[in-house]
Amino acid sequence: MTDRPLVAILDYGIGNLHSAQKGFEHVGADARLTADRGLIADAAGVVLPGVGAFAPCMAALGRTGLDQAAVEAVRSGRPFMGICVGMQVLFAGSEEAPGASGLGVFERMVRWIPGPVKRPQMQWNVLHRHRDHPMLEGLDDPAWVYFVHSLAPEAGEGDDLVATCDYGGPVVAAVARHNVWAAQFHPEKSSRVGLRILANFVDAARAAGAAAG
Amino acid sequence: MRAARVIPCLDVDAGRVVKGVNFVDIRDAGDPVELAARYDAQGADEVVFLDITASSDRRDTTVAMARAVADEVFIPFTIGGGIRTLDDARRLLRAGADKVSINTAALRRPELVREISREFGAQCCVVAADARSSTDAPSGYEVFTHGGRTRTGVDCLEWVREAERLGAGEILLTSMDRDGTKEGFELNLTSMVANAVGIPVIASGGVGNPDHLVDGVIEGKADAVLAASIFHYGEHTIAEAKSRMAEAGIAVRPA
Repeated sequence: MTDRPLVAILDYGIGNLHSAQKGFEHVGADARLTADRGLIADAAGVVLPGVGAFAPCMAALGRTGLDQAAVEAVRSGRPFMGICVGMQVLFAGSEEAPGASGLGVFERMVRWIPGPVKRPQMQWNVLHRHRDHPMLEGLDDPAWVYFVHSLAPEAGEGDDLVATCDYGGPVVAAVARHNVWAAQFHPEKSSRVGLRILANFVDAARAAGAAAG
Repeated sequence: MRAARVIPCLDVDAGRVVKGVNFVDIRDAGDPVELAARYDAQGADEVVFLDITASSDRRDTTVAMARAVADEVFIPFTIGGGIRTLDDARRLLRAGADKVSINTAALRRPELVREISREFGAQCCVVAADARSSTDAPSGYEVFTHGGRTRTGVDCLEWVREAERLGAGEILLTSMDRDGTKEGFELNLTSMVANAVGIPVIASGGVGNPDHLVDGVIEGKADAVLAASIFHYGEHTIAEAKSRMAEAGIAVRPA
């Protein structure tokens, strides 16, 4: 039984990972910023953060070899969470970077938020639940979370949609499939609601770690 | 939905909050971490720290402050003031600041906006424009530097459009004519800028009561409203401000 499950936050040299690490620590994880494949393979949960743009994130993942580590972690069945651009790179590709491939965990594309709304969406917004999911357990209702993004995944036909927000129309806010959770917003910047989402992930990691013995 | 943000602004000098804040039961009115956490608990959507540290060799204290705040406060925060180079911005962002706000350095060398935006993304690059009315400027407003003391000869409207083109993710617009007056935002200026750019605009300067925040969003078309003294001195809480805004039909995240 792991009281403080090891959560590996993939550190591929992009952006500010400090808040994500502190957020996960705050809710009871042994959170490490790491590029160490061994540590990532041992972690009870794996987090793929990302800020800025799709192509530089994919390039940095490729340079560090953490694209493979991320795909292996997804395949391993352990709880995995993509955040913001770390969510977007789980998709097949992005309109922002024609020609750059994503990791393809989800088959669809990431597209510009349609106008005439301001881009980026830089604000708090309400999550509209499409189905129950452990990610959303115990949240305030309505659940306000902080978004900073100009693109979002297509909703598509899939049953992986967890939540949308309304920003000039429905915008995909969270998806999940099997062990993979992905949030377009920033739970680590979403105050109490966001910390609860991180805690839900840590609970899942703890349970998976216990099951794995 | 477009939800307006309410942002308290704290002045910091060498890593300590100055012009104290009157919260009940505050342990240390100069501690940026405690104050930011209080504002988070009160329902503030973000916090802006304005660094007024005079000597650049004490700026390390600001980096340490960014780290301490990021350790314990889980809402976005911006640091502005005294950022001159890409490396200054890099250190603050790596320490955990979500955004940096640049003003004088961007006017002196506009490429800095592009550099920060390219390396860290537009979302973390705020351009602060301090505007004063001026009959010489085509838009009627000129941008100033050094806390509104130094003229630049640059038209405010041209500058914010240029900042957006260079990759700014947000404009922090302060009316130097209104700053400190408690007469309310300069709404002509605010709406002019908000209509001119496709990026979010934070209105600042002149807030004396929660109705001014309402005006800033409805008439000024601002995406976010920033205030200092009405919150710091206990005149109004964030919750009061937000309920006043909600009554006026503005979508806000409840406190």
